[in-house]
Amino acid sequence: MPLCLGVKKMKDKIITLGHGSGAGLTHKLIEEVFDRNFKLPTLDDTVEIENRMVVTTDSHVVKPIFFPGGDIGKLSVTGTVNDVSMSGAIPKYLLSAFIIEEGFKISDLKKIVRSMKDAAEEAGVHIIAGDTKVVEKGKADGIYITTTGIGFLPAGVHLSSKNIQPGDKIIVNGTLGDHTVAIINARENLELDPTPQSDCASLNGLVQLMLKNAKIRFLRDATRGGVATILNEVTEETDLGIIIEEDAVPIKDATLAVCGLLGLDPLYMANEGKLVSFVSGNTSNLIAEMKKYEHGIDSSVIGEVTTEVKGVYLRTSIGGLRPLLMLESDPLPRIC
Amino acid sequence: MHLNNFRNLELIKKIVTELQSWEKPVKFMEVCGSHTMAIGHWGIRKLLPKTISLISGPGCPVCVTPSSVIDSLIDLKDVTIATFGDLVRVPGNKGTLEQARANGLDVRMVYSPMETLEIAREKETVFVGIGFETTIPGIAYTIMEASRQNLKNFSVLPAFKLVPPALDALLSAKDTNVNGFILPGHVSVIIGSDAYSLLPEKFEIGGVVTGFEPLDILVGIKKLIEQIRLQKPKIENEYSRVVSSSGNLQAQKVIEKVLQIEDALWRGLGWIPISGLGIREEFSRFDAIKKYGFEITDTEEQTGCRCGDVLKGKIIPPECPLFGKVCLPNNPIGPCMVSSEGSCAAYYKYER
Repeated sequence: MPLCLGVKKMKDKIITLGHGSGAGLTHKLIEEVFDRNFKLPTLDDTVEIENRMVVTTDSHVVKPIFFPGGDIGKLSVTGTVNDVSMSGAIPKYLLSAFIIEEGFKISDLKKIVRSMKDAAEEAGVHIIAGDTKVVEKGKADGIYITTTGIGFLPAGVHLSSKNIQPGDKIIVNGTLGDHTVAIINARENLELDPTPQSDCASLNGLVQLMLKNAKIRFLRDATRGGVATILNEVTEETDLGIIIEEDAVPIKDATLAVCGLLGLDPLYMANEGKLVSFVSGNTSNLIAEMKKYEHGIDSSVIGEVTTEVKGVYLRTSIGGLRPLLMLESDPLPRIC
Repeated sequence: MHLNNFRNLELIKKIVTELQSWEKPVKFMEVCGSHTMAIGHWGIRKLLPKTISLISGPGCPVCVTPSSVIDSLIDLKDVTIATFGDLVRVPGNKGTLEQARANGLDVRMVYSPMETLEIAREKETVFVGIGFETTIPGIAYTIMEASRQNLKNFSVLPAFKLVPPALDALLSAKDTNVNGFILPGHVSVIIGSDAYSLLPEKFEIGGVVTGFEPLDILVGIKKLIEQIRLQKPKIENEYSRVVSSSGNLQAQKVIEKVLQIEDALWRGLGWIPISGLGIREEFSRFDAIKKYGFEITDTEEQTGCRCGDVLKGKIIPPECPLFGKVCLPNNPIGPCMVSSEGSCAAYYKYER
């Protein structure tokens, strides 16, 4: 998680949900509370410790625990696999820690663990150790899972936002907002038909395919805060500008409809199987290869790095240009 | 009819080109917060000539909800608060509902007031009844349903606002200088386009009921320009695919049955006569003001915030000395910065 430059000091005395949003408030919390004490070697999602070994850790909380397209178990594997993968590393091992609320059904736990096993097999990683704690009824919301991932960087791979140059193309591997729409539909009983599915998936295979087919500068999985937050982090770190073409951004019609209804923006919505990549040079071969891959069928170049503007801008489909700002907190649904 | 038809690039270019030749400076007010958002979202201001300026009116329901409503709720003990999402970050004098939630207050965001009835089956629950004519019928219907189910745990804090009386008050005060109104689309679905007849009749100012797609808004602006050219102010309905002249009679009946017209306190504007709705005696057991003895009074702290002038269209957000300096989306001093529909938030997000 990069530093958010130029932000005001934290004025909050207590933690609010906004501090967990992945947006500006989260950055401030990391900067002023965690990093101030830990003096972290990096604020990135992963860190290389030795011999090209990369580690990451990620806590998973989701409501509902089972949702169309996945569950908290699958998410706890794919989320961590993806964090490792975005460094360019090949994920190998996972460790998982469970916090379970008293009264949680063992049959549900079995379902969750089975789906972790399936997701790990699909991603080619091994779950090698773990821990279990049970807390009193009412002290947790069902189940929380923290997974730690270990992977290894192939020789010659070094991805960093510092490598990004003007003219680099920005690619996403498919439709945005699918996970959030699936969760909102399940949580709010919107009864959308067909039922929207989460895009929850491991992207390690896709990443290795991308590294073989193009000069990749930087990768990031577009989870909390969505694509717009990642783009803002990049422009803050690099002083470059980005222009996104609205018409090129792949978004399902159902997602657009839900967003219109609830006043949300798919560019800020969480995905669980989507990455943003910054790519140098010709991208047509890369896109063609990505489209052959299960999790890359709707891959698209959505914009370009530029020195024409500072910050992130969206060229709207009617030709207007508007800034895509860093959100400070979770987006709020609108009244009407 | 597909919505994409209202984003037709060729038609947009045609209208934009026509508007470019307009020479006389005019100021149009978009009353509705969703219009403010849509104008920013599509970058429409940048497509207009300098002679046509768009200013935002008082139509963000969250923005005009007084601090004392939020403060009353924060003081509640052992009561669940159900609210539309965008109210939770609006600061009253005692902080926000989001902060109160972190301190233990049970605050639930709901998409529909009907969800509150489910919560009220288990816990004492207040629904925060904010909004204009768009959201009011759903809340009134929820009160009818609570009455039918004889729920004891449910009440609504009425902080409803009505659009036509607010426009009447704005124009009567003579400190709002506008040449035409982009009238709210969704409010008009309920009240009908005839509800604005006072604008041309009393003030000789025209208005166009408009939808929210780029062509809707541009056609609305073009119609207003045409009215000015012909010096014939009137109410027109561009959004005829969903708005009729008399509105949704069924919804009006529900409002009439449950609610009655009252004076209302608008944050930033003060008390405006007959511009709100309270709960009728027949349903008073669902009236949170009576149930908990709330006092809705003008308690706004003097912060230097000029949201009131923004809501009246007297200034645009960057003209407020606090805008973008101390008043930011993560630290809103005034209500217009909080909701994404608020004029200041929309300006900060789209127009800087």
